[in-house]
Amino acid sequence: MGTEIGRVRGLGSAGHGAQHWWHQKLTAGTNFLLIVWLLASIATLPSYDHGTVRLWLHSAWAAIPMALLIASVFYHFRLGLQVVIEDYSHKESRFVLTVLVNVFTLATAGTAIFSILKVAFGATA
Amino acid sequence: MASKPARPRSPHLFSGPMQLHYRWSPAMTASIVHRATGDGMATIGTLLLVWWLAAIAAGPAAYGVFLDVFTTSTGSLNLLGWIVGVGLTWSVFQHMMSGIRHLVMDTGAAFELKVNQRLALLTFVASTLLTIAFWLFLGNK
Repeated sequence: MGTEIGRVRGLGSAGHGAQHWWHQKLTAGTNFLLIVWLLASIATLPSYDHGTVRLWLHSAWAAIPMALLIASVFYHFRLGLQVVIEDYSHKESRFVLTVLVNVFTLATAGTAIFSILKVAFGATA
Repeated sequence: MASKPARPRSPHLFSGPMQLHYRWSPAMTASIVHRATGDGMATIGTLLLVWWLAAIAAGPAAYGVFLDVFTTSTGSLNLLGWIVGVGLTWSVFQHMMSGIRHLVMDTGAAFELKVNQRLALLTFVASTLLTIAFWLFLGNK
Protein backbone atom coordinates (compact mmCIF):
# COMPACT_ATOMS: atom_id res chain seq x y z
CA MET A 1 0.00 0.00 0.00
CA GLY A 2 1.00 3.66 0.07
CA THR A 3 2.19 5.96 -2.69
CA GLU A 4 4.81 4.96 -5.26
CA ILE A 5 7.41 7.32 -3.80
CA GLY A 6 6.73 5.86 -0.37
CA ARG A 7 7.41 2.34 -1.62
CA VAL A 8 10.58 3.38 -3.47
CA ARG A 9 12.11 5.38 -0.59
CA GLY A 10 14.92 3.61 1.24
CA LEU A 11 15.20 0.78 -1.25
CA GLY A 12 18.64 1.92 -2.41
CA SER A 13 19.87 3.06 -5.80
CA ALA A 14 17.82 2.91 -8.94
CA GLY A 15 20.54 0.78 -10.53
CA HIS A 16 21.37 3.24 -13.31
CA GLY A 17 24.56 4.67 -11.81
CA ALA A 18 26.96 2.82 -14.11
CA GLN A 19 25.22 4.12 -17.23
CA HIS A 20 26.10 7.75 -16.46
CA TRP A 21 29.76 6.88 -15.92
CA TRP A 22 29.91 4.67 -19.01
CA HIS A 23 28.30 7.26 -21.30
CA GLN A 24 30.77 9.86 -20.00
CA LYS A 25 33.61 7.51 -21.02
CA LEU A 26 32.10 6.65 -24.42
CA THR A 27 31.58 10.31 -25.30
CA ALA A 28 35.11 11.09 -24.03
CA GLY A 29 36.39 8.78 -26.77
CA THR A 30 34.15 10.21 -29.51
CA ASN A 31 34.92 13.76 -28.29
CA PHE A 32 38.64 13.06 -28.69
CA LEU A 33 38.24 12.04 -32.34
CA LEU A 34 35.83 14.87 -33.22
CA ILE A 35 37.74 17.63 -31.40
CA VAL A 36 41.02 16.55 -33.06
CA TRP A 37 39.16 16.76 -36.39
CA LEU A 38 37.79 20.25 -35.56
CA LEU A 39 41.17 21.63 -34.41
CA ALA A 40 42.88 20.22 -37.51
CA SER A 41 40.13 21.62 -39.76
CA ILE A 42 40.30 25.09 -38.20
CA ALA A 43 44.11 25.10 -38.32
CA THR A 44 44.19 24.17 -42.01
CA LEU A 45 41.47 26.55 -43.25
CA PRO A 46 43.02 28.87 -45.86
CA SER A 47 41.40 31.95 -44.24
CA TYR A 48 38.70 32.86 -41.73
CA ASP A 49 36.42 35.19 -43.69
CA HIS A 50 32.71 34.36 -43.93
CA GLY A 51 32.84 32.98 -47.46
CA THR A 52 35.66 30.53 -46.74
CA VAL A 53 34.26 29.29 -43.44
CA ARG A 54 30.72 28.96 -44.84
CA LEU A 55 31.93 27.02 -47.89
CA TRP A 56 33.83 24.68 -45.55
CA LEU A 57 30.76 24.03 -43.35
CA HIS A 58 28.56 23.67 -46.46
CA SER A 59 30.40 20.47 -47.36
CA ALA A 60 28.99 17.24 -45.94
CA TRP A 61 32.58 16.35 -44.96
CA ALA A 62 32.43 19.19 -42.41
CA ALA A 63 28.69 19.42 -41.66
CA ILE A 64 28.30 15.75 -40.63
CA PRO A 65 31.26 15.58 -38.22
CA MET A 66 30.29 19.00 -36.83
CA ALA A 67 26.73 17.79 -36.12
CA LEU A 68 28.15 14.62 -34.53
CA LEU A 69 30.54 16.78 -32.48
CA ILE A 70 27.62 18.81 -31.13
CA ALA A 71 25.78 15.61 -30.13
CA SER A 72 28.82 14.01 -28.49
CA VAL A 73 30.36 17.04 -26.79
CA PHE A 74 27.05 18.49 -25.57
CA TYR A 75 25.90 15.15 -24.12
CA HIS A 76 29.33 14.81 -22.44
CA PHE A 77 29.23 18.28 -20.84
CA ARG A 78 25.61 17.77 -19.75
CA LEU A 79 26.71 14.63 -17.86
CA GLY A 80 29.71 16.49 -16.43
CA LEU A 81 27.74 19.54 -15.27
CA GLN A 82 25.23 17.19 -13.60
CA VAL A 83 28.05 15.70 -11.49
CA VAL A 84 29.31 19.16 -10.52
CA ILE A 85 25.79 20.21 -9.46
CA GLU A 86 25.35 17.00 -7.46
CA ASP A 87 28.68 17.63 -5.71
CA TYR A 88 28.08 21.22 -4.66
CA SER A 89 24.34 21.84 -4.72
CA HIS A 90 21.68 20.31 -2.48
CA LYS A 91 17.92 20.39 -1.87
CA GLU A 92 15.83 22.68 -4.09
CA SER A 93 18.71 24.43 -5.86
CA ARG A 94 20.00 21.05 -7.08
CA PHE A 95 16.69 20.36 -8.80
CA VAL A 96 16.46 23.85 -10.30
CA LEU A 97 20.09 23.82 -11.56
CA THR A 98 19.73 20.33 -13.05
CA VAL A 99 16.65 21.44 -14.98
CA LEU A 100 18.48 24.60 -16.12
CA VAL A 101 21.45 22.53 -17.37
CA ASN A 102 19.08 20.39 -19.43
CA VAL A 103 17.39 23.48 -20.85
CA PHE A 104 20.76 25.12 -21.60
CA THR A 105 22.09 21.97 -23.29
CA LEU A 106 19.00 21.44 -25.46
CA ALA A 107 18.69 25.13 -26.40
CA THR A 108 22.35 25.49 -27.42
CA ALA A 109 22.47 22.08 -29.15
CA GLY A 110 19.26 22.87 -31.05
CA THR A 111 20.61 26.24 -32.22
CA ALA A 112 23.93 24.68 -33.25
CA ILE A 113 22.35 21.79 -35.20
CA PHE A 114 19.89 24.17 -36.93
CA SER A 115 22.76 26.47 -37.95
CA ILE A 116 24.82 23.56 -39.33
CA LEU A 117 21.85 22.20 -41.33
CA LYS A 118 20.96 25.67 -42.63
CA VAL A 119 24.48 26.09 -44.01
CA ALA A 120 24.70 22.49 -45.25
CA PHE A 121 21.35 22.56 -47.10
CA GLY A 122 21.61 26.22 -48.19
CA ALA A 123 22.70 27.46 -51.62
CA THR A 124 26.40 27.16 -52.40
CA ALA A 125 27.10 30.91 -52.76
CA MET B 1 34.22 17.86 28.27
CA ALA B 2 37.40 19.90 28.46
CA SER B 3 39.38 17.00 29.98
CA LYS B 4 39.21 14.98 26.76
CA PRO B 5 42.37 15.04 24.62
CA ALA B 6 42.19 16.80 21.28
CA ARG B 7 40.64 14.47 18.75
CA PRO B 8 42.15 14.13 15.30
CA ARG B 9 40.47 16.70 13.12
CA SER B 10 38.79 15.84 9.88
CA PRO B 11 41.11 16.97 7.13
CA HIS B 12 40.41 20.32 5.57
CA LEU B 13 42.31 21.99 2.76
CA PHE B 14 42.16 25.39 4.40
CA SER B 15 42.36 26.31 8.07
CA GLY B 16 43.24 29.73 9.44
CA PRO B 17 45.14 31.77 6.88
CA MET B 18 44.84 29.30 3.97
CA GLN B 19 46.75 26.55 5.80
CA LEU B 20 46.71 23.17 4.09
CA HIS B 21 46.26 20.05 6.18
CA TYR B 22 47.23 17.92 3.25
CA ARG B 23 50.43 18.33 1.29
CA TRP B 24 49.30 19.58 -2.10
CA SER B 25 49.92 17.05 -4.87
CA PRO B 26 49.88 17.32 -8.68
CA ALA B 27 46.92 14.91 -8.75
CA MET B 28 44.81 17.43 -6.79
CA THR B 29 45.74 20.18 -9.25
CA ALA B 30 44.97 17.95 -12.24
CA SER B 31 41.63 17.01 -10.69
CA ILE B 32 40.35 20.51 -9.99
CA VAL B 33 41.74 21.90 -13.27
CA HIS B 34 39.95 19.09 -15.15
CA ARG B 35 36.70 20.26 -13.55
CA ALA B 36 37.45 23.97 -14.08
CA THR B 37 38.39 23.56 -17.76
CA GLY B 38 35.33 21.33 -18.29
CA ASP B 39 33.01 23.89 -16.70
CA GLY B 40 34.62 26.76 -18.61
CA MET B 41 34.28 25.02 -21.96
CA ALA B 42 30.73 23.83 -21.17
CA THR B 43 29.59 27.40 -20.51
CA ILE B 44 31.78 30.01 -22.23
CA GLY B 45 33.05 27.58 -24.87
CA THR B 46 29.55 26.35 -25.73
CA LEU B 47 28.14 29.87 -26.09
CA LEU B 48 31.06 30.91 -28.33
CA LEU B 49 30.83 27.76 -30.50
CA VAL B 50 27.07 28.21 -30.94
CA TRP B 51 27.50 31.93 -31.65
CA TRP B 52 30.17 31.12 -34.28
CA LEU B 53 27.95 28.49 -36.00
CA ALA B 54 24.85 30.72 -35.86
CA ALA B 55 26.86 33.64 -37.27
CA ILE B 56 28.10 31.51 -40.18
CA ALA B 57 24.48 30.52 -40.89
CA ALA B 58 23.11 34.06 -40.47
CA GLY B 59 25.43 35.65 -43.03
CA PRO B 60 28.40 38.00 -43.55
CA ALA B 61 27.01 40.82 -41.36
CA ALA B 62 26.44 38.59 -38.32
CA TYR B 63 29.78 36.88 -38.92
CA GLY B 64 31.43 40.30 -39.08
CA VAL B 65 30.05 41.14 -35.62
CA PHE B 66 31.59 37.91 -34.26
CA LEU B 67 34.96 38.69 -35.87
CA ASP B 68 34.91 42.32 -34.69
CA VAL B 69 34.67 41.27 -31.04
CA PHE B 70 37.89 39.26 -31.22
CA THR B 71 39.97 40.98 -33.92
CA THR B 72 41.36 44.42 -34.71
CA SER B 73 40.65 46.31 -37.94
CA THR B 74 43.76 44.71 -39.51
CA GLY B 75 42.32 41.23 -38.96
CA SER B 76 44.75 40.15 -36.24
CA LEU B 77 43.53 39.07 -32.80
CA ASN B 78 42.85 41.77 -30.20
CA LEU B 79 43.48 41.30 -26.46
CA LEU B 80 40.13 39.56 -25.89
CA GLY B 81 40.78 37.37 -28.92
CA TRP B 82 44.12 36.25 -27.50
CA ILE B 83 42.74 35.61 -24.01
CA VAL B 84 39.70 33.66 -25.25
CA GLY B 85 41.62 31.90 -28.03
CA VAL B 86 44.58 30.75 -25.97
CA GLY B 87 42.36 30.11 -22.91
CA LEU B 88 39.98 27.87 -24.83
CA THR B 89 42.65 25.95 -26.74
CA TRP B 90 44.65 25.36 -23.54
CA SER B 91 41.42 24.23 -21.82
CA VAL B 92 40.68 21.82 -24.68
CA PHE B 93 44.18 20.33 -24.58
CA GLN B 94 44.37 20.22 -20.77
CA HIS B 95 40.94 18.57 -20.46
CA MET B 96 41.92 16.14 -23.24
CA MET B 97 45.27 15.17 -21.62
CA SER B 98 43.64 14.97 -18.19
CA GLY B 99 40.84 12.88 -19.71
CA ILE B 100 43.38 10.46 -21.20
CA ARG B 101 44.92 10.24 -17.70
CA HIS B 102 41.47 9.34 -16.37
CA LEU B 103 41.07 6.60 -18.99
CA VAL B 104 44.50 5.19 -18.01
CA MET B 105 43.57 5.24 -14.32
CA ASP B 106 40.20 3.61 -15.10
CA THR B 107 42.17 0.51 -16.06
CA GLY B 108 43.63 0.46 -12.53
CA ALA B 109 47.04 1.67 -13.68
CA ALA B 110 49.17 4.64 -12.53
CA PHE B 111 48.06 4.72 -8.90
CA GLU B 112 51.62 4.30 -7.56
CA LEU B 113 52.70 7.59 -5.96
CA LYS B 114 55.62 8.47 -8.26
CA VAL B 115 53.90 7.42 -11.50
CA ASN B 116 50.68 9.12 -10.45
CA GLN B 117 52.42 12.43 -9.72
CA ARG B 118 54.44 12.29 -12.95
CA LEU B 119 51.35 11.54 -15.05
CA ALA B 120 49.45 14.42 -13.43
CA LEU B 121 52.35 16.83 -14.11
CA LEU B 122 52.69 15.48 -17.64
CA THR B 123 49.12 16.57 -18.49
CA PHE B 124 50.14 20.20 -17.88
CA VAL B 125 53.38 19.91 -19.84
CA ALA B 126 51.60 18.23 -22.76
CA SER B 127 48.67 20.64 -22.87
CA THR B 128 50.95 23.68 -22.73
CA LEU B 129 53.21 22.32 -25.50
CA LEU B 130 50.19 21.43 -27.66
CA THR B 131 48.73 24.93 -27.18
CA ILE B 132 52.04 26.56 -28.17
CA ALA B 133 52.34 24.23 -31.18
CA PHE B 134 48.76 24.99 -32.29
CA TRP B 135 49.26 28.77 -32.18
CA LEU B 136 52.72 28.59 -33.78
CA PHE B 137 51.12 26.60 -36.62
CA LEU B 138 48.39 29.24 -37.01
CA GLY B 139 50.94 32.07 -36.86
CA ASN B 140 53.28 30.54 -39.43
CA LYS B 141 50.61 29.68 -42.01
